Amino acid sequence: MFLASPSVLKRNGVLGMNKRNIDYIGRYNPRKYYKRVDDKLTTKQLALANNIAVPDLIGTVSEQHGIADIPAMVNDTDGFVIKPSKGSGGKGILVVTKVEHGRYYKPNGQEVTPSEVYRHVSNVLSGLFSLGGKPDVAIVEGLIQFDPVFDGYSYEGVPDIRLIIFKGFPIMGMLRLSTAASDGKANLHQGAVGVGIDIATGKGLHAVQFDQPVDYHPDTQKKLISIAVPQWDTLLHTASMAYEMSELGYLGTDMVLDKNKGPLLLELNARPGLAIQIANGRGILPNLRHVENMGNHNMTVEERVAYAKIHFSANS
Amino acid sequence: MHSKKPFYILVALLFISGIAASVYRGIEHSVPFLPGKQVQSWAVDAKVSFQGTGEPAEVSFSLPEDPAYEILVENATSPGYGLTITDNAIDRRAIWSIRRAVGIQDLYYKVTLIPTGQDKLIADKTPDTPAVYKWPATEQAAAEQAIEEVWSKSATNLSFAQQLNKDLNANERSQNIELLLTSNSPNKLFIRMLHSKGIPAKEVSGLYLEDQRRRQQLSNFVEVYNDGQWHLFNAEDGSQGRPDNLLLWDRSGTSVLDVIGGVNSQVNFSMLQDTRSALATAIDVMKNDNALDFSLYQLPLEEQSLFKGILLIPIGVLMVVFLRVLIGIKTSGTFMPVLIALAFIQTTLITGLVGFLLIVSFGLMIRSYLSELNLLLISRISAVIIVVIGIIGLFTLLSYKFGLSEGLTITFFPMIILAWTIERMSILWEEEGPKEVVVQGGGSLFVATLAYLAMSATWVQHWVFNFLGIHLVILALVLLMGQYTGYRLLELKRFRPLAGEK
Repeated sequence: MFLASPSVLKRNGVLGMNKRNIDYIGRYNPRKYYKRVDDKLTTKQLALANNIAVPDLIGTVSEQHGIADIPAMVNDTDGFVIKPSKGSGGKGILVVTKVEHGRYYKPNGQEVTPSEVYRHVSNVLSGLFSLGGKPDVAIVEGLIQFDPVFDGYSYEGVPDIRLIIFKGFPIMGMLRLSTAASDGKANLHQGAVGVGIDIATGKGLHAVQFDQPVDYHPDTQKKLISIAVPQWDTLLHTASMAYEMSELGYLGTDMVLDKNKGPLLLELNARPGLAIQIANGRGILPNLRHVENMGNHNMTVEERVAYAKIHFSANS
Repeated sequence: MHSKKPFYILVALLFISGIAASVYRGIEHSVPFLPGKQVQSWAVDAKVSFQGTGEPAEVSFSLPEDPAYEILVENATSPGYGLTITDNAIDRRAIWSIRRAVGIQDLYYKVTLIPTGQDKLIADKTPDTPAVYKWPATEQAAAEQAIEEVWSKSATNLSFAQQLNKDLNANERSQNIELLLTSNSPNKLFIRMLHSKGIPAKEVSGLYLEDQRRRQQLSNFVEVYNDGQWHLFNAEDGSQGRPDNLLLWDRSGTSVLDVIGGVNSQVNFSMLQDTRSALATAIDVMKNDNALDFSLYQLPLEEQSLFKGILLIPIGVLMVVFLRVLIGIKTSGTFMPVLIALAFIQTTLITGLVGFLLIVSFGLMIRSYLSELNLLLISRISAVIIVVIGIIGLFTLLSYKFGLSEGLTITFFPMIILAWTIERMSILWEEEGPKEVVVQGGGSLFVATLAYLAMSATWVQHWVFNFLGIHLVILALVLLMGQYTGYRLLELKRFRPLAGEK
């Protein structure tokens, strides 16, 4: 059959875009807190104030003439990332993994000339990647030394862990692995692999690429569901803390595992996508309803994580 | 969470009032529900002629007043005469006057009428009980006997009149009737007998409407009052009811034509049937009734045609909401497809699609050169706008040289929108590759095409301009779709892997 029956999807608790927008984002995310997540610089500052680990901030550029300072900022680093503060969907992120004698190289070994870097930053400042084309700020961050535990699971890019946090409870998780098809990006619609992760254990459950189930990574042929995310409890804690920090009820957290610093919060998303359901092979609604039915709670971060591990595990 | 009841009440109110306003427009103002509808109209000329005697003359002529016909235009011509049209409680009359009338005088009255479909003669108020006719001594006994005989066989005023009309026209009339008919015309006798029983009745005159007839005369009928309504009888031939093509000219019961200061007066009618646009007719009628207040029809024509375009936008917007919320199609820029569809209306679909693709692909080529130059975003887009204008100018000139008049309409594209489209597509190309450009651009053009098809349908254009209530219905639908929490059609495909298991 070409189309799924809506009643079957409903029975399986699949959340649709319209319902997400009206019943979750519209109801639980107060508009006034959006800037906390839409502006990555603000998110970073908030995270630092709340003792949440984030990637190093090398510097920011907010004026066109500030672009000239970039070489001074980055020439002593091993690598850096330039991203727009108000960008969305991974747009406008420039990753340089090697700096050698003032020459820059992308993860795939291609050289980036300084003038290309300047143009990129200039585009960022003009608001090319920001929502509504508003003028923006470029953030220069330190490169993440990603944990070798994912070696062989990701092609060229940093694997990141997306968790959906609803009223402070982590309720669904997914690991996003870039592929050759996704050009090193971690967006599922571009061909990255999504692996559903069990909230209780941090182990892989089910994996998809282009919405179709896969068992092995298309580039490295490693078995995907045998993956286990280390430091899973810390990850859950950090993500769960983002609720207090952002005061958004329905939240997507994106984190990476750094070899030295452990889980780092990359960004928060007030409108997380629905592909996580496909990666997990099940709908998210039962878990959302479970939390809604609890009413108001006064649980601490630890209590919430413990509760989630019992109730939102795929095997429960 | 607050109750959704007020919201649904609001939507229902919008919906009902929108439909009601449209239906009212259609029925009360006879605005046709379908475009291009025609109605029959009648042009009737009355020619009043008399012989002047050299004295001051005054001609009083009754004007038509029939609920079955509406007067669209009327005018009277009569060089040298003063003219007033009086409208009193009893009837409407044209009064021509002149100091001195010598020889044959011709006065004309022209009227254009359209049928209203209202063929009942409703009485505004109960007429007074008529004065009882005093029969001459020779007739009195016969009349009373004849009346009593019919009266005993009737139940209501109407059945009395029907029975009476039958007796007056029976093949073998009673002797009483025969006697009475020797000195009374059938219509007069009919009225007098009705009046004897206190039943209101009056003689009226009407005109049979037949296409291309000339020198027609009025025919006489009798109206009998019963229960709030007048009923038409013809005692001359015993018929009852209203013939289809009858126009009641004078319903006052008084004379049709009075001439003071003239002799041998007469009136002749000629008529012509015509078809005209039902919409134009409805607007003319509204103009006559001063019902145009707060209506778009009273605007100057230029503004009207502007509004015809603007009022199509809700249709395009509705289409976009539907395709995005219920179907789930992605477009680049939320309402860009509506603007493109508006341009298509000017250019027609095929020319528009070809023109759009030409401009965007040329623009992309030039944009790829501009991106080498490391320009600031604002100046790059400004450059693209100027280049787009150049491309449009070039294509217009080329199509003119090749004699392709369709190409000239390319100027209707909104240039700033095009420039932004080119910029967005170009970024998309750099970031996600040409495939995504085709997918998103194709989605936008697909939505624009559907919006165009909806907006260019003649009946849609007819409805959005002539039935403004429809916009309340669209508003209600848009609000309703804004509350839709079900799955989008394309999500049923996307989430298919989640339905197969379990």
